[in-house]
Amino acid sequence: MPFFVQLAHHFLPETILAVGVMALILIGAFRGERGFGLVDEMAVGILGLALVAIALSSTPDTSIFDGAYIDDGFSRFMKALTLIGAIVSILLSVDWLQRNGLEKFEYPVLIILSTLGMLLLISADNLIALYLGLELMSLALYVMAAFARDDGRSSEAGLKYFVLGALSSGMMLYGASLLYGFAGTVSFAGIAAAVSTSPPIGVIFGLVFVLAALAFKMSAAPFHMWTPDVYQGAPTPVTAFFASAAKMAAVAITVRIVITAFPGVKDQWRQIIIFIAIASMLLGSFAAIGQENIKRLMAYSSIGHMGFALIGLAAGDEAGVRGVAIYLTIYLIMTLGTFAAILAMRVEGRYVENVSDLAGLSRTNGWMAFFLAMLMFSLAGVPPLAGFFAKYYVLLAAVDAGLFGLAVIGVLASAVAAYYYLRVVKVMYFDEPAPAFDRAPMALRAVLAASTLALLGFWVYPSPVMDAAAAAAKSLF
Amino acid sequence: MFGFGILSGVTFLPLVGVAFLLTQKGDDAASLRNIRWATLATTLATFALSLYIWSGFDTTSAAFQFVEQKNWLGSGLVYKLGVDGFSMPFVLLTTFLMPFAILASWDSIQKRVKEYMIAFLVLETLMVGVFCALDIVLFYLFFEGGLIPMFLIIGIWGGKRRVYASFKFFLYTLVGSLLMLVAILAMYGKAGTTDITVLLHTDFPKEMQTWLWLAFFASFAVKMPMWPVHTWLPDAHVEAPTAGSVILAAILLKMGGYGFIRFSLPMFPDASTNFAPLIYALSVIAIVYTSLVALVQEDIKKLIAYSSVAHMGFVTMGLFTLNAQGMQGAIFQMISHGLVAGALFLCVGVIYDRMHTREIAAYGGLVNRMPLYAFVFMLFTMANVGLPGTTGFIGEFLSLTGAFQANSWVALIATSGVVLSAAYALYLYRRVIFGVLDKASLKNIADLTPREIAIFTPLVLLTLYYGIQPQAILNATQASVDNLIQTHTALIDAVKLAAAGQ
Repeated sequence: MPFFVQLAHHFLPETILAVGVMALILIGAFRGERGFGLVDEMAVGILGLALVAIALSSTPDTSIFDGAYIDDGFSRFMKALTLIGAIVSILLSVDWLQRNGLEKFEYPVLIILSTLGMLLLISADNLIALYLGLELMSLALYVMAAFARDDGRSSEAGLKYFVLGALSSGMMLYGASLLYGFAGTVSFAGIAAAVSTSPPIGVIFGLVFVLAALAFKMSAAPFHMWTPDVYQGAPTPVTAFFASAAKMAAVAITVRIVITAFPGVKDQWRQIIIFIAIASMLLGSFAAIGQENIKRLMAYSSIGHMGFALIGLAAGDEAGVRGVAIYLTIYLIMTLGTFAAILAMRVEGRYVENVSDLAGLSRTNGWMAFFLAMLMFSLAGVPPLAGFFAKYYVLLAAVDAGLFGLAVIGVLASAVAAYYYLRVVKVMYFDEPAPAFDRAPMALRAVLAASTLALLGFWVYPSPVMDAAAAAAKSLF
Repeated sequence: MFGFGILSGVTFLPLVGVAFLLTQKGDDAASLRNIRWATLATTLATFALSLYIWSGFDTTSAAFQFVEQKNWLGSGLVYKLGVDGFSMPFVLLTTFLMPFAILASWDSIQKRVKEYMIAFLVLETLMVGVFCALDIVLFYLFFEGGLIPMFLIIGIWGGKRRVYASFKFFLYTLVGSLLMLVAILAMYGKAGTTDITVLLHTDFPKEMQTWLWLAFFASFAVKMPMWPVHTWLPDAHVEAPTAGSVILAAILLKMGGYGFIRFSLPMFPDASTNFAPLIYALSVIAIVYTSLVALVQEDIKKLIAYSSVAHMGFVTMGLFTLNAQGMQGAIFQMISHGLVAGALFLCVGVIYDRMHTREIAAYGGLVNRMPLYAFVFMLFTMANVGLPGTTGFIGEFLSLTGAFQANSWVALIATSGVVLSAAYALYLYRRVIFGVLDKASLKNIADLTPREIAIFTPLVLLTLYYGIQPQAILNATQASVDNLIQTHTALIDAVKLAAAGQ
């Protein structure tokens, strides 16, 4: 297939982002500080365009660039989620950046660069492309974590993230080189062919290192240590981006690599995934109980949710991957909605982020309290909200695969987690009011309302998500 | 309408009321009045609709009626509703009691009235849905969803320790239900469907039945509640507002019993037979132990809460006798307890609204100032004790008869519970109603208002009517009970035959 045909048919979203981001840099450079508004709007437009390109593409699964890159149903599904996460993150950030004097055009540029990295990562079909995407994504994220450069905590978050991220990159490279050495190829299909049911120990070592590095990006226990500090220290809209788009990409590549590159050693990687899943769920549930800062609370909550999503992967079959896809979709909606609410927590012009600042919200701002309460019930997985269905489908896959112990630990962990989600509801509904919040900008209110309604209405009309997720999972097998 | 049947109508009608309430703004007296009347009208309309369903219900059939089905979530999940002899009475009980709950909150709820009414209407939808659902995941959806409004009702409008009570209620029930969820998934994996009508005829392997039964038991035992997982109930009852206690005692507890009838007994017959001794043991402990605990309570609501646990012990005992008398008695006991315990909590609400205390010691000699109230309270106390002529007698007598056939020792110990229940109930009645009226605060207490009389009259009449004419309820459940027992016996015989043949 000629190069340009490949670009136009199977690499269009990435091309749009790559060309677009260069144009934005030029515009930003020429217009200087005044360029923020324009660049920001154009960034949303570019990401939106890429989303449209994905939605309209219906090509069959195709491998391009000599097998380095794959355009299949799974990648399209995950890319759409990532792009939605990026777009909404930009929408959420505008007001925050302006109020903190950070309206610099680099912000949307960094988001697009990192999103481009995520798209590359999701579609990577060999270890080189994987590393390329991972680094492009991460380098932009390190800068974004430290974006509030006059804020000590933000710089600290950026540095922490960078040092630990560099470590995980090192592990990734080490694992990749081991895999290459033993399999003699970097392509996933090649590795799958070379790695039979009784693999040499070096392959298993390589697999462990690669999975550890990916667990770091997913912020799954025991590689989660950076998460609470970075979530808390980074600017809140950046945290929203970390928690939404970045997770989609990291989970997507984890799913792809174990399913397509290591089908022969399922029993081996399954042990690792099960361990990571259980550790993440338990840690996410118990460590969040004592948190007072809501961003930190959400950090632990995201660790727990990653663990839950990995239950589906542990099942290791089509139903399991479908469960993961559904889980990530619903998790994305819940995360974006919750961060919209966190960004709306502003008292007399000052941003606050403690759970206690929400006290009595039901009386000072009834709708916001209702939306946030529904988000919390959904995060806890109480039916009929969408969060329940997310858990339902991964548990279903696990039970079908005979992983009863994992399923039981999962539901018990989610019962523990329900406690701290309920605590937020309790603070909002049962406690005496704290000072009322300032009026939130339109974008935040819209995101909050839309995500809550999506969660509340999911059970009425679930088929679009269900069908798309099923199709995505099918393309991996 | 739109391919949905009348059961969808009765399930979701309360949500129409919610939609109307959402349009109401303002806190002035006129809009509060609108909100209250609109809620009452919604619950009455729902009751009327359920009566209409009842009028078309064929009591001679054990099949599911008014079945409606829609494709829903793909992969086996369907939206399927239907009622049979087991669920119809509970649907009626729910819709019948809701107007009373609303009326009981008429004056006593003054803050956040709109949210309160919305919570109750949403709760009604979820409760009716539990009894109508014919898809096990749909059932779970309604079953668990009910936790949210009840959590808010206890937590926002409850008493002093409301936060503790609401968390305890939520988390206890959640843990039990989540284990049930895993069991539901396992059943789906085995049977390939979540349709209850199909699952009823699925043979689960013996080993699997044991685990499934235990998982369902975890959920329903907490919900009932059975000893020793009953401790959330007294807290929840004491802290909940009057109407919350009424709904909790009258309907939410019945979901546990309903769950046993709908799932555990017919779907896991082997395990149910094997575990029956466990149930008997827990039941008689509940009957005797919680009755003794009730004797020493200082708080009226707590006393009634413990008495509820004891009465639920009769229900579980009766259900697992697996004979016609025991099961009929258990179901009757549930309906009767719904009326009587609901009414008792309303009685407590009457004096609580006036004095704002539930301490037994704060009362005494009420008969002098409130003769009408004394009469109503006495009637329901007697019904609670199980005096012949009231509904309480029928339920206890039948379930004891059933238990006697199954295991006379169980029946013997359980019967002592009847004596104990008379002791704590009469002791309570004496301390609150009789004695000298020497407390200054009680000197001006007023008797029942017309609104309260309107609440109690239907309850009094029904308690007496069904006490004398139990056939009305027993007929409704008979076909389904007989069917269940026949199927069960056939299955057990088949297993025995197979064992003997080997």
